[in-house]
Amino acid sequence: MEELLKVNDVSMIFGGLRAVSNFTMEINKGELVGLIGPNGAGKTTAFNMLTGVYDPSEGEITFEGKRVNGKKPYQVTAMGMARTFQNIRLFSELSVIDNVKIAYNMHIQYSLAEAVCRFGRYFDEEEAVTKKAIELLKIFKLDRYQDEMAKNLPYGEQRRLEIARALATEPKLLLLDEPAAGMNPQETHELMEMIRWIRKEFDLSVLLIEHDMSLVMGVCERIYVLEYGFCIANGLPEEIKHNKRVIEAYLGEEVS
Amino acid sequence: MDMGSFAQQFAQQLINGISLGSIYALIALGYTMIYGIIKLINFAHGDIYMLGAYMGFVATTMLGLSFVPALIFAMVAAGIAGIIIERVAYRPMRNAPRIAILITAIGVSFFLEYGMILIATPQPRTFPAVFEASVYNFYGLIVNSQQILILVISLVLMAGLTYIVNHTKVGKAMRAVSFDADAARLMGIDIDKIISMTFALGSSLAAAAGVLVGVYYNSIDPLMGMMPGLKAFIAAVLGGIGIIPGAMLGGVIMGIVEAMVSGFFSSTFRDAASFVILILILLYRPSGILGKNVKEKV
Amino acid sequence: MNSIKKHDLATLGACAVLFAIVQTLLFVDFIGPFWELNIILILINVILSVSLNLINGYTGQFSIGHAGFLAVGAYTGAIITVKLGLPFELALVVGTLCSALLGFLIGLPTLRLNGDYLAIATLGLGEIIRICILNIEYVGGASGLMGIPRFTTFAWAFWITVFIIFVIKNFKNSAPGRCCLAIRENEIAAETMGIDTTKYKVMAFTIGAGFAGTAGVLFAHYFYIAHPASFTFMRSFDILTMVVLGGLGSMTGAITGAVLLTAISAVLAEYPEWRMVIYSLTLIILMINRPQGLFGSKELSLKMFRLGGSDNGRATESK
Repeated sequence: MEELLKVNDVSMIFGGLRAVSNFTMEINKGELVGLIGPNGAGKTTAFNMLTGVYDPSEGEITFEGKRVNGKKPYQVTAMGMARTFQNIRLFSELSVIDNVKIAYNMHIQYSLAEAVCRFGRYFDEEEAVTKKAIELLKIFKLDRYQDEMAKNLPYGEQRRLEIARALATEPKLLLLDEPAAGMNPQETHELMEMIRWIRKEFDLSVLLIEHDMSLVMGVCERIYVLEYGFCIANGLPEEIKHNKRVIEAYLGEEVS
Repeated sequence: MDMGSFAQQFAQQLINGISLGSIYALIALGYTMIYGIIKLINFAHGDIYMLGAYMGFVATTMLGLSFVPALIFAMVAAGIAGIIIERVAYRPMRNAPRIAILITAIGVSFFLEYGMILIATPQPRTFPAVFEASVYNFYGLIVNSQQILILVISLVLMAGLTYIVNHTKVGKAMRAVSFDADAARLMGIDIDKIISMTFALGSSLAAAAGVLVGVYYNSIDPLMGMMPGLKAFIAAVLGGIGIIPGAMLGGVIMGIVEAMVSGFFSSTFRDAASFVILILILLYRPSGILGKNVKEKV
Repeated sequence: MNSIKKHDLATLGACAVLFAIVQTLLFVDFIGPFWELNIILILINVILSVSLNLINGYTGQFSIGHAGFLAVGAYTGAIITVKLGLPFELALVVGTLCSALLGFLIGLPTLRLNGDYLAIATLGLGEIIRICILNIEYVGGASGLMGIPRFTTFAWAFWITVFIIFVIKNFKNSAPGRCCLAIRENEIAAETMGIDTTKYKVMAFTIGAGFAGTAGVLFAHYFYIAHPASFTFMRSFDILTMVVLGGLGSMTGAITGAVLLTAISAVLAEYPEWRMVIYSLTLIILMINRPQGLFGSKELSLKMFRLGGSDNGRATESK
């Protein structure tokens, strides 16, 4: 299998606090990997290191053999990683379609002069981007909202829009930060189906953060478990389910 | 310039700077308290200082009061003005976008300046000499009685403020509101009252600064608050906005730097110096000398 | 896409008609020198407010140092025509470019700051620019640069204003413009969408500063003089007020704000001692009653009128 992302012995230290310690992980092409752990285990910090929001204090991250450390978030996105946020971060006062168009901006070629004076590639590319955005919205059943302001969408639709927007950057690896947060079991189930489908349809790898273990078990092929910043286990869902330390970490929680 | 006269000049400018700086510090305190509590850059604050100077003028010339009663009169009057301004102009906008409140503050600033021009004409007034100005000469260093007065009054007022903020119930409530207004409300603190108090305290300190400047320079005019207001604000940022000791420190540093620049270079660059300090502090330590850096959580 | 072109042409046509009417009225002296001066001033203020709206309203970067760029444009323009004796057209270009360059140099380090800190920094930089000019004897120092020929005509001011409005409108409706909007909405999300936020912030700031420079050239070449006192931070506040009053992030709002405030100021010129008092009270009352500005972030369009006045109110209320 082809290796996509490699995280090698990475740590993140804030002041004296080790939020993530000696974390090692790899994700292969086409894999659907889960990163779980109780609240405050350092999952989001790990995510932020992968996407360039934080620069790791120690260790190295590579994506398709290229170094991620020290890159800015927008450069990481250009390398082919896209993410969503635990607390939804849409462009809330912009229309739904503009939210997606903005994510396509990376692929626009026309110059500032062409944009401002409206000549050359401007019209063709704008048209192409609009078309692509509408197609993507259709896939996510959001096209009927396309001119609505993003903040006016129902909660579940906002989550879907965030995923659609991340996909518009045409990533090779999609990172989802607790996408099921705030959803009811029915919605969660649909979401998990959708994630599986996206992976196939868009031919990409997915890294999924969840603190609720039962969700991840059903959909992920491999799982990493964080606790207090340390990776306490990794393996197949079956192995994780019966791992003693994991059960302890989730003390009292039912592991189904 | 040989070493001896350089040292003397330096010491002289240090004295001038500290007295100027205490004025800035008094104004900066109001800026910082108001910012701390409602996150508003109250651009009208410099004009409250002007208002205070005029109140002092009224008290000494028309009412014939002596210095200390006049100072108290000006402080009380400006405190009331501060409460009214907050009540009328800022309170209705508590939930408005912050930029809108800022524009309102600018509006209030214009209103005070040009309202005063309407009432008192744009001409500068001569502030009466309420003090026998005596000049002391310590080994060639010139200190006059007004400078000592400014320093003493400022120290007394700052000590008073520190006591109020740290050791009284109102002060505790003020700190609570500035830390987390919603939580403070849930704890039963009357936020509106505390904000009013903050405006009253800040405004009266600015008024005291206005009266002191009147005594020092003998001249006041309706636009006198613009530049000192801006500089006091820079002082507040320099010390760390929202932090009371920071405003004092920032004010004194600003005063000293300005005195040094006008003493050793040219007074035309005095204003530029304060803005350069501002830019440098913002670029290298935006939270100010005593402030802590806060990073947005992702 | 064709409908966009049609819409642009219609707007342009309307501008031409407006221009013809005003120009005729000026020609037959129906509009006297006082209102001619104010019409020019309105146009200059419109340029300033739409260019500041690009920075504050679209990109969400709180800048209050616009008067500094106005000053740079005014002085460099005047140097070109007065000191070097070169044509006005060149002054316009050079004034704009110098201002834009300065905007770029200032924007690069300061746009890392956000919110109030950026506001204070730009305010300070605007004042530094003014104080520097004040100390340059070559351009007249504190007494200002005098003897500037009046090259700015209504036609120049009008068509330059129209041009700038179109440029900024087109910018907003393009990929770089959308990047700016995204930064305003959520800087962190914008960055994870592959947007180099610094680049686009500096871009908007540079363009905005450049157009403020253009306004400066027009200003100096209408009023015969470039004086440091015209470019204090109070002038920056003026421009900011126009933008916020009209509705931050609304082009038509910025234009309306500029027209309205300049006109109010002109009408009140008859009562000089009351002028600023009434102006400031109007400002306070308007802001208290409409903190989101007259139009919010909405654009005024004919569609609004078609739906009737009540909807107009609702659309702006929703912000």
